[in-house]
Amino acid sequence: MTATTTTGPLSSPTHAAHVAHLEPVLTARHVSIEYEVDPPVRAVDDVSLTLHRGEILGLAGESGCGKTTLAYGLNRLLKPPAILRSGEVTFHDANGPDIDVVSLTGDALRAFRWDKVSMVFQGAMNSLNPVISVRKQLGDVLTTHRPQMGRKERDARSAELLELVGVDPGRLDSFAHELSGGMRQRVMIAMAMALNPQVMIMDEPTTALDVVVQRGILREIMRLRERFNFAVVFITHDLPLLLEISDRIAVMRAGRIVELDTSESVYARAQHPYTRQLLNSFPSLTGDRGSFVRTGVSQDAPEQEAS
Amino acid sequence: MTGGPPGPPVTRTTSTTTPRRHDEEEPHARDTEGRPETMKFYARRIAFYAVTLWAAISLNFFIPRLLPGDPFSILMAKLQRAGGIPAGTENSIRLLLGAAEDQTLWEQYLTYWKNVLTGNLGVSVTNFPTPVTELIGDALPWTLGLVGTATIISFVLGIGLGALAGWKRGTWVDSLVPSTTMLQSLPYFWVALVLIFVFAVSLQWFPIIGAYDVFHFNGPEWSWAFVGSVLYHAFLPAVTIVISSVGGWLLGMRNMMVSTLSEDYVTTAEAKGLRPRRVFTTYAMRNAALPSLAGFGVSLGFVVAGSLVMEQVFTYPGVGKLMITAVRNNDYALMQGVFLVITLAVLAALFLMDLIYGFLDPRTRHHD
Amino acid sequence: MTDTDTTTPTTPVTRSGVRQMMPSMSGKLLAGLILIGAIVLFAIVGPWVTQDPRSSDNDALLPPQPGHWLGTTSLGYDVLAQLAEGARGSLIVGVSAGVVAILLALLFGVVAGYLRGWTDEFLSLVTGIMLVIPGLPLMIVVASYLQVRSLWVVALILGVTAFAGPAVVLRSQARSLRVRDYVSAARVAGEKTPRIIGVEVLPNLLPLLASQFLFAIVLAILGEAGLSYLGLGPNGSITWGTMLNEAQGGGALTRGAWWWFVPPGLMIALFGTGLSLVNFAIDEIVNPKLRLAPAAAKSVREARKAGKDKLGRRATPTATADPSAPAGRPESDGAAPDQKERVDV
Repeated sequence: MTATTTTGPLSSPTHAAHVAHLEPVLTARHVSIEYEVDPPVRAVDDVSLTLHRGEILGLAGESGCGKTTLAYGLNRLLKPPAILRSGEVTFHDANGPDIDVVSLTGDALRAFRWDKVSMVFQGAMNSLNPVISVRKQLGDVLTTHRPQMGRKERDARSAELLELVGVDPGRLDSFAHELSGGMRQRVMIAMAMALNPQVMIMDEPTTALDVVVQRGILREIMRLRERFNFAVVFITHDLPLLLEISDRIAVMRAGRIVELDTSESVYARAQHPYTRQLLNSFPSLTGDRGSFVRTGVSQDAPEQEAS
Repeated sequence: MTGGPPGPPVTRTTSTTTPRRHDEEEPHARDTEGRPETMKFYARRIAFYAVTLWAAISLNFFIPRLLPGDPFSILMAKLQRAGGIPAGTENSIRLLLGAAEDQTLWEQYLTYWKNVLTGNLGVSVTNFPTPVTELIGDALPWTLGLVGTATIISFVLGIGLGALAGWKRGTWVDSLVPSTTMLQSLPYFWVALVLIFVFAVSLQWFPIIGAYDVFHFNGPEWSWAFVGSVLYHAFLPAVTIVISSVGGWLLGMRNMMVSTLSEDYVTTAEAKGLRPRRVFTTYAMRNAALPSLAGFGVSLGFVVAGSLVMEQVFTYPGVGKLMITAVRNNDYALMQGVFLVITLAVLAALFLMDLIYGFLDPRTRHHD
Repeated sequence: MTDTDTTTPTTPVTRSGVRQMMPSMSGKLLAGLILIGAIVLFAIVGPWVTQDPRSSDNDALLPPQPGHWLGTTSLGYDVLAQLAEGARGSLIVGVSAGVVAILLALLFGVVAGYLRGWTDEFLSLVTGIMLVIPGLPLMIVVASYLQVRSLWVVALILGVTAFAGPAVVLRSQARSLRVRDYVSAARVAGEKTPRIIGVEVLPNLLPLLASQFLFAIVLAILGEAGLSYLGLGPNGSITWGTMLNEAQGGGALTRGAWWWFVPPGLMIALFGTGLSLVNFAIDEIVNPKLRLAPAAAKSVREARKAGKDKLGRRATPTATADPSAPAGRPESDGAAPDQKERVDV
């Protein structure tokens, strides 16, 4: 099934054909998220999106366009002053009935988290608890979600996870500050994979790292995805990067999705002027051409949506 | 998007680490052999405490010599009135107060050090001829017992309540905060006076002075009755200490908790679906408590100050009261002796705190 | 593509006007300022309108009554008059000691933090020692050797023993400010160090300085009270502390003369509370999270009450299923209550 919104992001027939064969795993309908400040700010405006099993969906846009807020909303991680004004999020579990994510509470919500949908956060600098070891942090996911596992099993699984992402299992007893930035991010990815989730949301996972390390981590992610077939929502401002790795791309601007198409279509026949502007911003992220991406101030591309 | 919601920035810089642009895959400080680093850390701390002790002893030596006034004559006059003075005592007093005529300053300094290091802190003139060390030895257990226990209770209570206040931000627990501010501003000893007035004088629920019932017991003994009497007499002083100091811990912890709860690793913990209790303890509290522990050393000074005065109020036979009695009687040797012992006790407590902190925060062992 | 006015990305305005750093008015700040203002007014005007605090012509130990609104002491002094005179004494000592402490903290903290190297090592060592050596015992030792102690001498002693705490805080801030871009720029441009410290570093430390200054005053007043209570305070002056000393000596406790010893302590507490409340407001500038977090939580709660939050609205169908949730309240969506203020439940 394809997702369409009433105001409609720009799309193409190629896209419709592409998604016709795919099975959805996460559906968001008319999601609106607002920040309750004075005056209230609408960060995500009537967004509808479908993520399909095993695909990589890129979510692109400049700083402040709402992509991270949307991701947090999908995962029920909104913090005050953000509230979910409206919308539905449905998770189509491969092993069970559909789950209405918005209505989950308490233990059901905790069970859902990380098990079905996990997340790799922006800038792993601070995402690891500085005072406990990596072993304990990998372990407590297992203790909470798989209580039947014994200590040995947990350790074995933790070591296995580290190996999967290319980190020496001997680092299990290290602390966060003893690891380099790249290693920390890999540990975060390992942690996100611990329960074999069906969806992984990655929020700018490589932005704070240098290019070489970035390549390594991206390769890792692709490898893992091929092996375990989880879906990925990859959030970044780096549209050219998305062109390489994702199947479909959604371009966000000012809280709305302005274009939603396959990567090839976006590359070859981008329709929205904003998308074109984003595309033109590569390769240089320094200097004037790319500056608006960093500062989040786009004054040119006029709104052009089918209404 | 005008106004920009407070969303996460594209690149995040924390105050402690800036993301390195050219990150190697290899770790920075590989520390599987952590021992040398840890040793170095503790060695530095011990060296610092040693220097501080030296400074305290030297201060004791120089202060009477540097300040205007002639403490020697004052003391001698007092002693004359009380009766004669043996020659040996007079000499040691001269040495203590800088009136020694036959030695140079340096020689006096060395002799002073020799005395201190051999445990000779002089002889008390108020309880002549009891040595200072003996008097201190009798008083110290009382202070350590009362003040030590009450401080620990206060610390644990303050940290616990502060953590809860920070956790339940924006609820009624927050309204506790202004009242604890008020509590914190009250002078220790005034609280003690009020408590005595209300509970001891008016209601007569608790005794007014002393550490135990002096009419009943001749001296400390090992019996349940004695222990009971001690606890009974220690109640009001302990409550005073707890009331006056809990506010500080509470506020500090609550502020740290609020800060910590907005950290990324707490968000990660919640995203992982961990139980709230675990997020609260292992992720939030363990990190938020660190500055309070680190700051414990600073507050120790206040604890000492407060309990010193409070012992005076309750006539509690600890080192605080000893020091004040010494001051009143110009018993300089005793006064300086107590000062040294208090300083030593504080340093020991600080070192203990360093050990505990080093155990709880792995980062300290590797950085300097 | 049209060329909009291309301006270079603005660097954060560092030397912002004082106004931008002022705390926003709030209940706490107002209460604090009122308390402080009232007591200062009392200290300035009080001694003129009350009786002679040193005149013992009155009857002794009178309870509060017209003519002696706070009663008299055991020697016949009017307590209210003493309280006013004591306000002056305590405030003079407190503020002077605060000034001394801050000036020393600037030297040992900011200068040390900025200059680094051996200067820093040495100054930090001294600061560390002064931090660790217990303050009151040291003050007692010093004060006991001095037979004559004026208000200023006591203030000096208090200030010297209290500078270490603020110095440590200021030093760490100065160190971090040193590596900021605008300071590095000033250095490269060849500005002299004193000028950099005075013009670039200090203004950004202002909220912190103010907060430490107020804190130092509170501590100084408490310290003076303690010293005076022990009989080591300023000779010949009246302060709240000397009043407490005389109160206990004069048997106020056993004779039930609460009007003698309650007011001085209360005044100290009220003044301290006022300063602390103002400090809170400053704290919220220095650490905006303290202000933002509860405001954010509150606005979310209000939004939920207004039914604006999707998560709040669905509580109605589940409320009946969950016995612990009070009926009709949209906030209680059956979730663990401690989760409310952070990640949504």
